[in-house]
Amino acid sequence: MSPQAWINLAYLAASMLFIVAFKLMTGPRTAVKGNYLGGAGMALALAAASAACFEKDVVASVARSGATPLVLLGVAAVIGGVIGAVMAVRYPMTGMPQMVALLNGFGGAASALVAGAELWNMTRRAVETGSERADAAAWAASQLAPWTQFAIATALTGLIGAVTFWGSFVAFAKLEELPAFKKAWTDPKRHWVNLGLAIATALVIWGLCANPGSVALYILLVLLGSGLGCTLTLPIGGADMPVVICLLNSYSGLAAAAAGFVIDNSVLVIAGSLVGASGLILTAIMCRAMNRSLVGVLFGGLGTTSAANADDVYAGKVKSASAEEIAMVLEGADRVVIVPGYGLAVAQAQHAVRELATALEKRGTTVEYAIHPVAGRMPGHMNVLLAEADIPYEKLREMDDINPTFPETDVAIVIGANDVVNPAARTDPQSPIAGMPILDVDKAKTVVVVKRSLSPGFAGIPNPLFAADNTLMYFADGKKAILDLTAALHGA
Amino acid sequence: MPMLVLAPLLATAAGEDPASRFIRLLTVFLLAMWVGFEVITKVPQRLHTPLTSGSNAISGITAVGAIVVAGAMVTGMGTVFGFLALVLAMINVVGGFVVTHRMLAMFNPKKK
Repeated sequence: MSPQAWINLAYLAASMLFIVAFKLMTGPRTAVKGNYLGGAGMALALAAASAACFEKDVVASVARSGATPLVLLGVAAVIGGVIGAVMAVRYPMTGMPQMVALLNGFGGAASALVAGAELWNMTRRAVETGSERADAAAWAASQLAPWTQFAIATALTGLIGAVTFWGSFVAFAKLEELPAFKKAWTDPKRHWVNLGLAIATALVIWGLCANPGSVALYILLVLLGSGLGCTLTLPIGGADMPVVICLLNSYSGLAAAAAGFVIDNSVLVIAGSLVGASGLILTAIMCRAMNRSLVGVLFGGLGTTSAANADDVYAGKVKSASAEEIAMVLEGADRVVIVPGYGLAVAQAQHAVRELATALEKRGTTVEYAIHPVAGRMPGHMNVLLAEADIPYEKLREMDDINPTFPETDVAIVIGANDVVNPAARTDPQSPIAGMPILDVDKAKTVVVVKRSLSPGFAGIPNPLFAADNTLMYFADGKKAILDLTAALHGA
Repeated sequence: MPMLVLAPLLATAAGEDPASRFIRLLTVFLLAMWVGFEVITKVPQRLHTPLTSGSNAISGITAVGAIVVAGAMVTGMGTVFGFLALVLAMINVVGGFVVTHRMLAMFNPKKK
C-alpha cells in the first residue's frame, strides 16, 4: 500500500472510533470510555495527518529554507494544547456553557482559516503548474474554473466558521453577563440589517463561484459572516442561550465537515457531520423543552411582555416565612421534591442542598430532585452541577417523569428557579412563556421558594407562583438559606 | 520537487472529476449525519452536557485540516493561516476532551 493509503486507513479507523465514542455516551459509566476512545481517534487522525507532512518535511529541510513543517506544527499544537488544558481545568462547572461557547468559536474559526489557507495554496498550485507556459495567468484561471464545488465548499466553510466564531463570542459575553451585552438588541431594524447582510453574502458566494481563486472575495465573505454572527446572536435573550449553545455546537461541526469538502478529507467530513447531527438534535430537544420554534428563537426576540404587572401579581399576597417555620413544615413531610435552578449553582449551594436532603432522609422523608430540561444554561447542565456535589443521579428525575407526582408531594422546595416553575406558562395565553412545559410545583401541598427577592427570571416576567396560597417565600441568599434550614431542622 | 507539492492537484485532476469528488464526499457526509442522528438520539438528558463538550472536542478534527494545509507549506499566507488554525483547533480538542473527562468523573464518584 502507498503511504497515502495507510494514512487514509488511519483516518477510517479514527472515524470509527468517533462513532463508537458517541455510542458509548449513553450511560455515565461507559461515557468515560467513550471520551477516551474519542481522544484516541483524534490522536490517531492527528498522527496520520502529521505523517503525511513527514515526507514533505524531509524534502523541505533538504531543498528549501530552514523552517520545517513538523517543527512549526509542533509549536502550534503545544500552544493550543496548553491553553486548552488550562482552560478546561480552571473553568468552574457553573461556567460550562461559556467554556463550550468559546471552544465552539475556536473550532469554527479554525475551519474558516483552514479553508482560507487552502484557497491560497490552491491558487498558488495552479499558478506554479502553469508557470512554464506562456499564458500562465490564463492557464491558472482555466485550472480553477471547473472548481465550482470547491468554491461552494470554501464559501460555506468561511461563512459558517465566521458565524460560529462571532456568534460564540457574543453568546460567551452574554453568558458571562458582561455589561455591554446584558440587554438583547431588539431594535426592529435588525431584520433589515440581517436581510442586507444575507443578500450581500449570497452575492459574494456567487462571485466566489465565478472566480474560485479570489482570496479577496473570501476575506469579504468572512467579514460578512462575522457581521451575521453578531447580528444574529445579539437579539437572542438570556433564556434562549441553551438553544444557541446547541446550535453553535452544530455549526462548529458543520464548518469542520465543509472544510473536509475543501481539502478532500473524509475524516473531517465524518467527524464534522457527527457533531453537526448531535448539535441539531440537542437544539431540537431544547426548543421543544421551551415550546419555541427555532425560527422564533433566532428571529423573534423574546416577544412583548405580558399585560400582567409585577405589582398586581404580588401586591399583598406574598407570604414570607422564616427558617424555623419552614423547618416545621418539613418535619411533617413524607415526600419532598427539590427543584434546583441556575440560581442554586450561582450561590454554590449544591453541597448545602445535599446536606439538607441527608438531614431529611434521616427523618424518613423521601427526597427527589426535579430537573427541568433547561435548568441551568445548557442541556443537562443541572445534572452536572448536582453530580459535582455527589448527589446520586438516580435521584435526579426528569420533568415528564416527576410532574404527575407533584399532587402527592408534601413540600416542593424551589431554589433559584423561576421561569421553569411559572404557572403562567399553563394559565396565561398572553404570557411570553405561554405553553412552555414547566414543573408543576404549584400542585404540591406546600411550595417553599428560596429566593433573594421578587426579581424576575430570564424571561423578565412576574411569577404568580410566588403569590399562591400554598407558597411560602423564604427571602435569603440560596446557600445561607439552605444552611439555616438544615440547622433549624436539626434543632426541631 | 514541485511535482511533489503538486501531487494532490494532479492526482485529483487525473483520476476523478470535481463533480464525482463532490458526490463522493456528499455520500460520506449524509451517511455520517444519519449515523449521528441514530446514535445520539439515544443519549439521555443527564449526559447532554458531557455530550456537548465531547462532541465539541471532536469538532476540533479541523486540526487535521490545519496540519494538511500548513504542512504543505505552499504559500506563506497558507502556512500562517494553517498555523493559527492549528492553535485554535488544539484549544478546542484538548479543552473539550479534558473538560468532558472532568465532568464524567463527577458522575462516577470514586469511593473515597
